[in-house]
Amino acid sequence: MTKNKTISQITTELACKKYSVTELIKEYLDRIKSENPKLNAFITITEKEALQEAQEADKTLSQNPNIFLEKPLLGVPLAHKDLFLTKNIKTTAGSRLLENYLPQYSATVVKKLSKAGAISLGKLNCDAWAHGASGENSDFGPTINPADPTRVSGGSSSGSAAAVAADLVTFATGTDTGGSTRQPACFCGVIGLKPTYGRVSRSGIVAMASSLDSIGHLTQNVYDSALVLETTAGPDPYDATSSNLKVEEYTKLLKKPVEKLKIGIIKEYQDGLTDHDVAGSFALAKSTLEKMNCQIKEISLPHTKYSVATYYIIMPAEVSSNLARYDGLRYGHTRDLFGDEAKRRIMIGTYTLSSGYYDAYYLRAMKVRQLIKADFSQAFADVDIILSPVAPTPAFKLGEKTNDPLSMYLSDIYTVTANLAGIPGIAIPTGKNSSNLPLGVQFLANHFQEAKLFNLAYQFEQHLHA
Amino acid sequence: MPETTPIIGLEVHVELTTDSKMFCACSADHFGKEPNSQTCPVCLGLPGALPVPNQKAIEATLKLGLALNCCVNLQSHFDRKQYFYPDLPKGYQISQYQHPFCSEGQIILDSGKIIRVERVHLEEDTGKLQHTVESGKKISLIDFNRSGVPLVEIVSYPDIESAAEAKEYLKKIHQIIRAVGVSTADMEKGQMRLEPTVNVQINDETGSHFTPLVEIKNINSFNFAATAIDYEISRQVEQFSKDKKEKTASNKQTRGFDNNRKTTFVQRQKEEAKDYRYFPEPDIPPFVFEVSLIASIKACLPELPENKIQSLVSLGVESKYAKILYTDKSVTDILYHFAKNMPDVNIGKLASFIANKKIRVEGDVYIQYQALTRQRINDQSELEKFIDTVISDNHRAVTDYQNGKTNALGFLIGQVIKVSQCQADPQTVSRLLLEKLGLGQ
Repeated sequence: MTKNKTISQITTELACKKYSVTELIKEYLDRIKSENPKLNAFITITEKEALQEAQEADKTLSQNPNIFLEKPLLGVPLAHKDLFLTKNIKTTAGSRLLENYLPQYSATVVKKLSKAGAISLGKLNCDAWAHGASGENSDFGPTINPADPTRVSGGSSSGSAAAVAADLVTFATGTDTGGSTRQPACFCGVIGLKPTYGRVSRSGIVAMASSLDSIGHLTQNVYDSALVLETTAGPDPYDATSSNLKVEEYTKLLKKPVEKLKIGIIKEYQDGLTDHDVAGSFALAKSTLEKMNCQIKEISLPHTKYSVATYYIIMPAEVSSNLARYDGLRYGHTRDLFGDEAKRRIMIGTYTLSSGYYDAYYLRAMKVRQLIKADFSQAFADVDIILSPVAPTPAFKLGEKTNDPLSMYLSDIYTVTANLAGIPGIAIPTGKNSSNLPLGVQFLANHFQEAKLFNLAYQFEQHLHA
Repeated sequence: MPETTPIIGLEVHVELTTDSKMFCACSADHFGKEPNSQTCPVCLGLPGALPVPNQKAIEATLKLGLALNCCVNLQSHFDRKQYFYPDLPKGYQISQYQHPFCSEGQIILDSGKIIRVERVHLEEDTGKLQHTVESGKKISLIDFNRSGVPLVEIVSYPDIESAAEAKEYLKKIHQIIRAVGVSTADMEKGQMRLEPTVNVQINDETGSHFTPLVEIKNINSFNFAATAIDYEISRQVEQFSKDKKEKTASNKQTRGFDNNRKTTFVQRQKEEAKDYRYFPEPDIPPFVFEVSLIASIKACLPELPENKIQSLVSLGVESKYAKILYTDKSVTDILYHFAKNMPDVNIGKLASFIANKKIRVEGDVYIQYQALTRQRINDQSELEKFIDTVISDNHRAVTDYQNGKTNALGFLIGQVIKVSQCQADPQTVSRLLLEKLGLGQ
């Protein structure tokens, strides 16, 4: 009845009483029960709460058929990455250290989505503390790629990507510190949004690296992505880094003509496109854009080659600090429950912030970060949108990189730059390779240019499916 | 005898008297409140909670900095100071390191000596540990009511050379804090905490030597600070005469103060400079202050103690009285009023009468002043005329007195003084009146 429905399909059909919210939610819960054991996308399933909310939503809907104007996501099933605090519902951050943690409050985004009527079906698996690019760092087991049970779903928003791809939820929240929504979205074949830093409140979301964390979501299509951001974006009195800039009506701007848009492709990335599938996907995207009469222009980001090095100094420094609060006195567990990856990052971060090393590492990395930002502002003086690959390869095999952290880190090569610069990006599927693995590209825009980003991504999506 | 010069620097922590805490909306008024009754995710350091800076606290810090003659740094930011302690729920304290809000100020002692202020920065207070015994078991409890209360740190350069100078510097800082109104700075409530750092330069025949640095923690009275400093100076000189140990980069010691024994004791030997791994707080955007904002804060600063005293002195008040009287607004109002409107009043004299409690400012100050300064009438025949008038006009009081109501005498004395237009000497009047009434019987 409801397989692979988008948000707008669901709300339309709920409005014309094709099915009730309860029927809808039950069907999703049934699908979770049958599919999740294979995928391990959920850490916690909140069936009771979801059904109760569904009943309430049905009641609201029967009383007020125009409720969708007020609650644009009424009845829509979603789930939250387990980094998002949910009041009185277990929130683990993918780590055993928080395996029994019941938050006293909910994240701003959780509250906003709930107020908009969306119904949470549970908490989604992720790499512990969002550290990872494969989902394999979760203390609750890896998430399996719905397209291929031998492959990873990407990370760290592993459960979010797999759940949306397998239609266990209509959309899911995610966080993106170095690519953690875009890369798993690409690996699983769904839309992954990383908004501008500060566009969406970080309050109530377990912090990974505070200056890089961007709060995004994964959806079935671009329209839904724009619709969800209309709800989640905006200033928050509980987050001093949230922006006061007006939130645009992204969904109303999707059909603006894009013919004259200038699309940049990054000179420095061209040599690295060694993977046949990734190169093919990139070429397809480029030719599609040309067919859309966009103007393709080569640009240079001279400092982009330092991105991964810069990221892997700034990020662990902030991680080491943000994980200090799990000090062994609180939360019921001691620090030896941190996994290898968290320990690795705590040690690297502690080292680079130590006196005598700070100038050589952290301070220098912050300077390079400024140069990378400057590269982008220069580029965006020339072009409207940048087209880039998302990851160097399609979804890799489970276990393939677990013993080689460095090669795992390098899978972030195309994504971390957007986090360093604080700009928005959206990963969008382009099709599948010969082994049926999803492929995709990403678009990047200048700060707070989400409207432009959605506008192009939406029409790109239409052209691909035409 | 070697020549010794103490080298003393002072760190002063002041809790700002703001309504809410530094980074959340919890009440900052924590004294005597039920433990953990004023907390929220932010000041408990719960996962996902983010600090949002309190604008009022920042303005208060700028005010205080300006009152201490500091420069406001146009660009500054918060840093994370990282260390583990159970009363620090985030594992770091939000403080300021390289870019404090204010720096390079000064306090001038009465001797004219300048004590330079290195910096005035803003940070958050920690929770409070309570060590207690529960069911026969020693336990430690944490109260987070104080966690996140705005705390200003005022750091001096080591320009102070004696306990007396330290005390004077602290008193002046205390007066300024209260004058600016940013904190009640109640020492007994721990709203102002003092940390002297002390060592001694010893010059002997072999040259110049510096004893190892000692930081004395958490003192809550000016007298204790002075006692601790004096003790520390003599202890260090004596210690040096025994072991000749000099200051190194790694032998700084932290000591506590025992008020009962009037001594200091070792708390921690710093093996090496403590590494707090400071880095800019990413959760709070950096601050850029407009010059106009600083100018307007400066323009709105209340008159500072030093200036108040100076302007009293310029009216003719002796400086020793000016220092006593400047805090009482009703007194200074009177002094200014008389200086402006009563050219026949000597302001220096008036101030000394008030300071010596010869004039009660609640009453008619002018009459009291005149009474104290006018030439007294002691001429007996003239006084007797006044007394006779009063006796004949106040039969009832006279009868009362003669019937044993002794307090009627006071009334009659007052009447005589009144009739004399305050020129009669009360003692002489009393004697003459008694003679008349007594002899009359």
